[in-house]
Amino acid sequence: MYLDSGNRPPITPQLAWRVAVIGGFALVMFALIFFRLWYLQVLSGDKYLAEANDNRIREIKVQAPRGVILDRDGRVLVANRPSLAVKVRPDEIPAPGPARQQLYRRLGRTLGLPPREVRARVEEQLKAQPFVAATVKQDVSHPVVTYLAEHGDDFPGVEPEAIHLREYPHREIGAHLFGTVGEVTEKQMKDTRYRGVVLGDRVGQSGIEYSYDRFLRGENGKKRVQVNALGVKTRNLRESDAKQGRNLRLGIDLDVQRVGQAALGTSRGAFVVMHAKTGEIVALGSSPSFDPNIFAKIIRQRDYDRLSSEENGKPLFNRATQAGYPTGSTFKLVTAVAALEGGLITPDTPLYDSGSLKVGGVIFRNAGGVSHGSLSLRHALTVSSDVFFYQLGLAANNKGDGLLIQNWAKRLGMGRLTGIDLPAEGQGLVPTPAWRNALYKKKLADRQWSVGDNINLSIGQGDLSVTPLQLAVAYATVANGGWAPRPHLGRRIEDADGRVLQEFETPARRRVQIAEPYRRAIMDGIVGAANSPGGTSTAVFDGFRIPIAGKTGTAEKGPGRADQSWYAAVTYPDDPQYVVVATDEAGGFGAERAAPMVRQIIAALYDAKDDGPATTGRVLD
Amino acid sequence: MEGRGAFGTAVKGFRDESAARFVRIDTLLLLATVGLMACSIYTIGTATEDDIAGSPYYYVLRQSIYAGVGLTLMLLVARFDYSRLRELKLGLYGVMIASIGLVFLLGAAARGSRRWIELPFFRFQPSELGKLLLILALSAFLIDRIRRLQDKETTSRIMLLALIPAIMVVSQPDLGSGLVYLAIVVTILFVAGTPWTHFAALGGLAAAAVTVVLVAAPAVGVTVLKDYQVDRLTAFINPSDDPQEQGYQLNQSITAIGSGQKTGRGSEEATQTKLDFLPEHHTDFVFAVVGEEFGFAGAALVLSLFALLIWRALRIMTMSKNLYGSLIAGGICAMLMFQVFVNVGMTVGIMPITGVPLPLMSYGGSSVLVTLLAVGLLQSIHVQARETAAAKGRELIV
Repeated sequence: MYLDSGNRPPITPQLAWRVAVIGGFALVMFALIFFRLWYLQVLSGDKYLAEANDNRIREIKVQAPRGVILDRDGRVLVANRPSLAVKVRPDEIPAPGPARQQLYRRLGRTLGLPPREVRARVEEQLKAQPFVAATVKQDVSHPVVTYLAEHGDDFPGVEPEAIHLREYPHREIGAHLFGTVGEVTEKQMKDTRYRGVVLGDRVGQSGIEYSYDRFLRGENGKKRVQVNALGVKTRNLRESDAKQGRNLRLGIDLDVQRVGQAALGTSRGAFVVMHAKTGEIVALGSSPSFDPNIFAKIIRQRDYDRLSSEENGKPLFNRATQAGYPTGSTFKLVTAVAALEGGLITPDTPLYDSGSLKVGGVIFRNAGGVSHGSLSLRHALTVSSDVFFYQLGLAANNKGDGLLIQNWAKRLGMGRLTGIDLPAEGQGLVPTPAWRNALYKKKLADRQWSVGDNINLSIGQGDLSVTPLQLAVAYATVANGGWAPRPHLGRRIEDADGRVLQEFETPARRRVQIAEPYRRAIMDGIVGAANSPGGTSTAVFDGFRIPIAGKTGTAEKGPGRADQSWYAAVTYPDDPQYVVVATDEAGGFGAERAAPMVRQIIAALYDAKDDGPATTGRVLD
Repeated sequence: MEGRGAFGTAVKGFRDESAARFVRIDTLLLLATVGLMACSIYTIGTATEDDIAGSPYYYVLRQSIYAGVGLTLMLLVARFDYSRLRELKLGLYGVMIASIGLVFLLGAAARGSRRWIELPFFRFQPSELGKLLLILALSAFLIDRIRRLQDKETTSRIMLLALIPAIMVVSQPDLGSGLVYLAIVVTILFVAGTPWTHFAALGGLAAAAVTVVLVAAPAVGVTVLKDYQVDRLTAFINPSDDPQEQGYQLNQSITAIGSGQKTGRGSEEATQTKLDFLPEHHTDFVFAVVGEEFGFAGAALVLSLFALLIWRALRIMTMSKNLYGSLIAGGICAMLMFQVFVNVGMTVGIMPITGVPLPLMSYGGSSVLVTLLAVGLLQSIHVQARETAAAKGRELIV
């Protein structure tokens, strides 16, 4: 102790009191601070520790590459290309106002986009998904990304993200099959097929990418990094690798696909090559085509408009599965099945073809007005007698409910979805009295149904609307004796090393009863059409080594418009292997344009050395 | 009684005067001072090793030099009789006003506001030294009029003498130091025994002034406080309102302290500090670093050292051989208490952000040196009191 304390000058009571007041005040303040510290550190410490960790740890999504899409021989149809995207984080972007406008201007200058475009892209995405980073530009070059990183202060909320863009090495070949990949929408998130997908992930939005999304989609990885207050990475913490999606092997044969596309050239048309029994699609194409690489990045509105405009032939439109057309004489196969199974004729019932048929004051003529005389079904198919089938159309109209042909068309797959593994398939239309009369009631048609409509239908003219794929399914069904295959592109799922993980089995969709003698009569008829003297496409297939049956079709499109050329073929008709359908919207006669295309395609299909037809058919059909 | 005699004998045996004075310093006060300096150097050392690339010891080295110089000055001042400073009151006041005014001139020359004067070795902040000069000058002026304390004139003169430098530093702009000056003058008046009616009147005036500064003047377009100063003063009321600006610092500080929990995260894992989430972690927010790195235990230790410091200052106030010493001790006490409570209160979110350093803990030469000089003065008052008492004791014994 202080030994001299007694000798201190006695302090006045007033001073003592004042010191006590100050001391008391200090005591109260210390107590307050201690309680506050106790509250922060001991009672709520866990919460603040978690906050501190939240501060420093940032989770970065590592986008998983999608699976690769291969053709039947393992050739790559759709690959991935690593790329960098520039994104804007909604939680760090300046609030709307001058600062944000300035950011858009700077970004526009750096990325080579008009600031208006930058703003439109960002605001649109932030409006749709307010908590997901909006993509400003994909496929940004490394120097630009480095520049953005170095000038981070000028670009608040802007960050690069490693992404994988789809790459289509064969460009126009098969473009309509693959479809596009895009960020998942909020609506899709609610769908169970997107379980496990988080906002900002890219999923298949159309085509095969959509149908097989759950296989192609990978599992995103996560990278946890420690960042400092400026958001600069200071340390890698944990990382879980992204898992690439599984590979999809298609039944598509790239060579056949390429030949089909080349055969179409610049024409507007389509082709389908399908295995008759299994429904496996070997080639399916539409023309005009487009380069899908344009969709790998954010497509410009101008490009999109160009690809969907009517005058350019709507390149995005898949004519093979979405476009419905009258099929011309290729439909006679359906009428034949209906007439045989409906008991209108037997395979040998002779009918007389005088060159025309007069019904109710209207004269229906053969093409070119030729007369084939008396003939039965086989020969009628071979020479494609219209009058023969007009008579069947007339008879069908007068039998029962008059829907004999329509019902068989439906059974053979027309006017209904084929069930192919491509979304947005066209349904087509088989015209019926009820359909036309309903339109008439709504004043959408100029007249009611008449017998003439049924006569037109019997040879595939008029209001009939069939997709090339539906026609292929109908031919396969007849060739199979009633087994209607389900067309499909997907063959199996493989891992990166090509090991099979899952094989798709696609059984026939349904069975319709077609008596064997009838089937044989019909097949004989179209074998003759491609091989016998007088056959509509005999000249085209002269000297061709692959046994085929085939039927031409020439659909009238109305006055002033060129006819649509059709051809439907079955290879090895005794034990059907493939059905090949080709059409050119303005190709003229079937034998003139579509049949030579089919010959080229079949030659490619069988790897047959073939110089093509010596002459293109000029047979009227 | 025997013990005292023995001590007296021992002192008598000590022929060397300075050695005797040395013995008469307040050892607990010295312990608190040295302890806080040590805590400061250790904390700044761990917190700033990554701040300047290539020189991990930049801040800790400088702080150590300031501490060394400051402690030496403190011991020198302790040997010196503070009472002589009373005669120099006009000179002290003049130096204070001149040095603060010099900052304005230099600032105007550099075309920008600043708070310091650039010296070869460090940036000298006159507003810091002003705290101490103000205490010494005001106490002396007040002693001169001690018999007229009841006079309103006395109170208003003293207030005016304090307000002049206070307004000057606030416009530098250094709001924190200005508020310290006010705390000092009010405490000195209180310790001297100014009637409570004067304080009531001052309180009324202050309320009116605050109203004018914060509400009325901005309404008619006159800005007294800069916007950021108002933001800082009001941010603590609801920090999450403005997480980007002033509220950000506060949130980060609270997060840092809270995350320290009971025993701290250690200097390596203290991510709030190490990754720069905590702003100004070596100056204004050094207490948050203590809280994060060493937890409640560390924060409590530092606060206890401050409590010890303040207790000793209060005790010295009561011991002083004359009223001048009591007033000086009161002013120093006010200076320390205000800065400790406002700074620590700010870091834990119960006080506004005013930019007041934590005495002895925050990095900065001016603050450290001035605080150590102030503690030196306290020691001087203690030594003088003990010597006087010893002399009286000797007289009594003799």
